[in-house]
Amino acid sequence: MSDSAISTTEHAPEHPPGLQHHFAEMEQQADSAKIGMWAFLVTEVLLFGGLFVGYGIMHARFTEAFASAHHHLDRVMGTLNTVILLTSSWTMVMAVSSARAGKQKNLVRYLTVTLLLAGAFLVVKYLEYSHKFHEGLLPGRFYTYAGPHLPEEFLFFSFYFMMTGLHGLHVLAGMIVISWLLRRAIRGDFSPSYYNPVDMGGLYWHLVDIIWIYLFPLIYLIS
Amino acid sequence: MADVASTSHPMAAGEPAATNYLKAERGFKSWIFTLDHKRIGVMYLWSVLLMFLLGGIFAMLVRLELLTPGKTIMEADTYNRMFTLHGAVMIFLFIIPAIPASLGNFVLPLMLGAKDVAFPRLNLASYWIYVIGAVFGVVAMVTGGVDTGWTFYTPYSTTSSTSVTTMTFAAFVLGFSSIFTGVNFIATIHRLRAPGMTWFKTPLFVWGIYATAIIQVLATPILGITLVLLMMERVFSVGIFDPRLGGDPVLFQHFFWFYSHPAVYIMILPGMAIISEIIPTFSRKNIFGYRAIAYSSVAIAFISFLVWGHHMFVSGQSELASAVFSFLTFLVAIPSGVKVFNWLATMYKGSIDLKAPMLYAIMFLMLFAIGGLTGLFLGALATDIHLHDTYFVVAHFHFVMVGGTVIAFIGGLHYWWPKMFGRMYSEKWARIAAVLIFIGFNVTFLPQFVLGTRGMPRRYYNYLDQFQPLHAFSTVGSWILGLGLFIVLGYLLASLRKRYDAPPNPWGGTTLEWTTSSPPIAHNFEHVPVVTREPYDHSPAPAPAPAGD
Amino acid sequence: MAAHSYAEEKKINTAVLGSLLALTALTVAAAGIHFESPAVNTIVALAIASMKASLVALFFMHLRYEKPINAIIFLTGIAMLAVFLGLTLLDVDYRATPRPANLKPPPGGFTAGVEPAKPGGTAPPAAGEAAQPAEQAPPAR
Repeated sequence: MSDSAISTTEHAPEHPPGLQHHFAEMEQQADSAKIGMWAFLVTEVLLFGGLFVGYGIMHARFTEAFASAHHHLDRVMGTLNTVILLTSSWTMVMAVSSARAGKQKNLVRYLTVTLLLAGAFLVVKYLEYSHKFHEGLLPGRFYTYAGPHLPEEFLFFSFYFMMTGLHGLHVLAGMIVISWLLRRAIRGDFSPSYYNPVDMGGLYWHLVDIIWIYLFPLIYLIS
Repeated sequence: MADVASTSHPMAAGEPAATNYLKAERGFKSWIFTLDHKRIGVMYLWSVLLMFLLGGIFAMLVRLELLTPGKTIMEADTYNRMFTLHGAVMIFLFIIPAIPASLGNFVLPLMLGAKDVAFPRLNLASYWIYVIGAVFGVVAMVTGGVDTGWTFYTPYSTTSSTSVTTMTFAAFVLGFSSIFTGVNFIATIHRLRAPGMTWFKTPLFVWGIYATAIIQVLATPILGITLVLLMMERVFSVGIFDPRLGGDPVLFQHFFWFYSHPAVYIMILPGMAIISEIIPTFSRKNIFGYRAIAYSSVAIAFISFLVWGHHMFVSGQSELASAVFSFLTFLVAIPSGVKVFNWLATMYKGSIDLKAPMLYAIMFLMLFAIGGLTGLFLGALATDIHLHDTYFVVAHFHFVMVGGTVIAFIGGLHYWWPKMFGRMYSEKWARIAAVLIFIGFNVTFLPQFVLGTRGMPRRYYNYLDQFQPLHAFSTVGSWILGLGLFIVLGYLLASLRKRYDAPPNPWGGTTLEWTTSSPPIAHNFEHVPVVTREPYDHSPAPAPAPAGD
Repeated sequence: MAAHSYAEEKKINTAVLGSLLALTALTVAAAGIHFESPAVNTIVALAIASMKASLVALFFMHLRYEKPINAIIFLTGIAMLAVFLGLTLLDVDYRATPRPANLKPPPGGFTAGVEPAKPGGTAPPAAGEAAQPAEQAPPAR
């Protein structure tokens, strides 16, 4: 865009690749990006936090209905997805380390695995969802479960779908980000002096993981 | 002009016309895809002014309807939509982005001595998301309007047949715009200050914008999830806010006010920030109590999160919560008072120059003092029971929001207009308009305090005959206020037809934005400024042109 | 930034992953134990989750090595969430039914609507008993 054109004319001799014109040096750019990213992650924490607060209050009010409703969830599937997501966090942080160390091949490899694990997470989620749909365990007015249940059990599924659905959307967004990183990594955009996008994508992905770390026990393991 | 010996940076006063940011690139695309914070600020400015006009038209219609009891010009249903749209447009589309996203965007990097904000693309995205949100808002207006009040209280909002879902979606989208602005400013203030500019050498406008950004980042996500839950309630009947399904409608109010009370400070903090700039400049004096004002901004930001329950004293919330919230509410008065007294102390024995921006600053002091003090009546548990949902509340928040924020916004617009567009406006007309606005505002809203204490409920279409004279006063006042605002728009627009005639520093300001040309060049400064002095140091410069490289 | 070599980083990250997986096994196992009060289960689950989240934030997200400002920003967000939860519970947990103390229940008790449904109730609650706080179970934290 226009700003890169200007910056090349201004600092043509010693302009490092990836430095935007309004920053004086790479460190300033990286620090700014990190501060911005953490501020953004805080907004994500609060967005999900609001849902958690709503869930907590409704759970406290209808403890038995929620406890009874959560038996419809498959703990094995939930645990499996936890393992998948934790492992993908590990591959993501290894991708960042690879980028910092200039290990181009490792970077591409780790990003690919992360992307595949994210896809696997969504596949498991899809299996769980279709099972719930089949049984009529749907949110709100679409709850048509025929078996014996307490009247407030639908509330649990309202929250189940809103919380895991919002989280699933974040996984999807993460997959888009990782795909974009992968494309740039294959193109050879990143180097030990410029890997900021990988770092930022990693932070986002770990936050998605942290949210699941809380979602899993609160939804699948309550008593 | 007046800047004899007061500016420390006499350079950068060259002929700027060829390279200034308004002319650096040409064509429609150079604007809509611009990454220049100044151009984005200007686009935001025109957009929020358009929304101010729209919200103002709704306000005039509401006031006209209330001229007489019963039907004056519209049916009750239409009236409900009008006051809702007035509130929603003014809050979400005008006042929240008004100062940070337009003036803040333009001035903040200049004040920091930076070339741009930290994330120019995010800045542009914020603007276009704002436009998308505004489009959804307009769609909601033309597809049936909204009649819930801007607060969207459940359970009515979950059952109303008007376009509540579209309007909440619009507000949801606008939240992203606000978050992006906040994230951007936080990173910018942390990492893009000029060499030598320590935290306590930044202008107080920066502190105010920083405190605002903290709230934008911390509070807006809760609004987002609240509106999502409300939309889910309408579409899926998820049950969280619906008492028939076991939900809790008061919980909605907690969710809503956890954002919307701090949002009040998203509105007023930037207004205070502008006043902190105008007063030292037009008093020709260093600010009194710099650190106290700076810290009080951040203190207000944090305390603002602890007081939301004072909107809910009669909602059925627990008495314990009400008592705690009432107590915490009084704490906000402390940092607000600190600011007001420091501004007064700055003016004391200053060489006060009553130019238009200073007139608005003084107006702010008077009106905000009334707005703030009446807020204490409402924060007190016992009096609030009587005053809740009356015109007293309406008058109170209009004194703070209009008398505070909007007056400060107009003052800031006058203060930076020569910098933004390179032209001086007519000082004579500016003073006439300022007087009209002051009179019009008070005639509109002072009678509403009286109406409220006598029991006139807010948002009512009809009223008892005994309230009619005061309502008539209020309506006539709205016409005077409207006239004053139109004069402002008139002479500001007229100034744009002139040649560039603004000097780099027309007011004798001491902050960095006055060291560059008016309008600034595309990259803001010829050389990266180096800061050695306090921001409001009006003493003669020790050495010529510290702005080397 | 971390002053570690790639190999060292790999070792640390792998150890962190191992701890995370172990903690996952622990939380699943703990969910099978029935403590005296279900609140204990919730507290244990949240404590383990917080340990896991801290590991991710400190090591995977590099907060341990970064400038403190990033951690401050993150912790401020969490503090605000705590404020939101805490002050909301101040209402929800202490809400009294707004009935005059000397009000006598009508024949057949009060109709539904004021009290939330009792947990386990399968029909609209036929609450005839005196006013009581809305909260029946310990709040989830």
